[in-house]
Amino acid sequence: MELYPVFMWLHDLLESTGIGEPWSTIISYGFLAVTVFGTLSILALFLVWWERKIAGHIQQRFGPMRTGWHGWYQTIMDAVKLLQKEDIRIATRDKAVFFWAPVVCFVAAYLAYVVIPFGENLIVADLNVGILYIIAVTTFTVISLLMAGWGSNNKYALLGGMRSAAQVVSYEVPMAVSILTVIVFAGSLSMVDIANAQQGNIIFNWFIFKPPFGIIAFLTYITAATAEANRTPFDIPEAEQELVAGYNVEYSGMKFAMFFLAEFVNLFTVSAIAVTLFFGGWHGPLLPSWIWFLLKTFAVILLLMLFRWTFPRLRVDQLMEFAWKFLVPLTFANLILAGWFKYAGWHW
Amino acid sequence: MTEYLAVLIFIVAGIGIVLFTFFFSKLIRPHNPYAEKDLNYECAEDPQGSSWVQFNNRFYIFGLIFVIFDVEAIFLFPWAVAFGQLGLYALVEMVIFILILMFGLFYAWKKGALKWV
Repeated sequence: MELYPVFMWLHDLLESTGIGEPWSTIISYGFLAVTVFGTLSILALFLVWWERKIAGHIQQRFGPMRTGWHGWYQTIMDAVKLLQKEDIRIATRDKAVFFWAPVVCFVAAYLAYVVIPFGENLIVADLNVGILYIIAVTTFTVISLLMAGWGSNNKYALLGGMRSAAQVVSYEVPMAVSILTVIVFAGSLSMVDIANAQQGNIIFNWFIFKPPFGIIAFLTYITAATAEANRTPFDIPEAEQELVAGYNVEYSGMKFAMFFLAEFVNLFTVSAIAVTLFFGGWHGPLLPSWIWFLLKTFAVILLLMLFRWTFPRLRVDQLMEFAWKFLVPLTFANLILAGWFKYAGWHW
Repeated sequence: MTEYLAVLIFIVAGIGIVLFTFFFSKLIRPHNPYAEKDLNYECAEDPQGSSWVQFNNRFYIFGLIFVIFDVEAIFLFPWAVAFGQLGLYALVEMVIFILILMFGLFYAWKKGALKWV
């Protein structure tokens, strides 16, 4: 059932004040939803700042320096600026589609956090279909990108949205199949069960250390996840030099901010999934579980950021052919062999 | 089933929070539209025609291939979960299933459907 201690505490508190059953649960979950939103906003603000510092230092610049110590509140001021910025609505847009695209984009990214375990018992709801649920809800991002591209009535936006949809759906397949390899090991879809299956034996029970299938699954997963999060070397949808900014070119103010927030929330999501599936989730000695989870997740995010600032962008035909002609056969072969090894009882 | 109530509440709360930030921003931001500002961005030129045109069908072909493989992945999820208890029979079944789909992938490959032209 619900594992979140705050949830139970709040639920009991509301019960004691005489609020009946459906409402106490609804209010408690609502409180959790707002808490998760706040956490994600703070994480995204930090990640934007961190990415700019890393980009700066890789390119022998400093990055933000003026606002506070090493520019630590730069992104907070950026958010305040976006909040006050005029919302330019171009005259020829498709009104409803243009308006709802950032909402769908953010909600799709946000829904994944129902099942992501931030630590021992730190999960909103341990759905038994956990990882399948994440794959299902994050796919809505594709629809929002198509909506943004179509609703803007702008050629760059439409091209960016279409490319984005083609890319994200293509990399969805290798991503799902690499996740399947882990599910064969764990025998469960629940994020908590998958993390618990990697407990103990220092780090050698982590699924990445199931040679050679764990490491292959991780490499294909991280490649597909980079593409899913639309990050370099797979940032064809944005491609500043050819499409200016892709699907969000006509958005300004808070609507742009929602796309930007969703992008960094997605970055955190794919890293958190990688940690839960391959690096033992929140399990670790001495420190509290949520610190271990954040440390591991930030390590994966650092890897993705280094990818972004050191690799050149792929061409669109190379990108699609890499997904279908290399990653899809490789992940399926990996899945079959992992199943065979598990059946034969070798290694495990 | 109360776990799934959390999903519903997250959908409602997510939409609500986003709409609230839009509303809050509306209270403090300037609003000064004029015809030139509301034009489409097209590298500072006046936009030529509508963008809602017929689009290259290669996107459509990739969409179709994706649907086939995503449905396949859905079939594989229950197999992967129950695999530990099912043994050799399930493994052989799934190898046959995957091989048929791989044959389809190679057919599409040979037909040039995977080529981005």
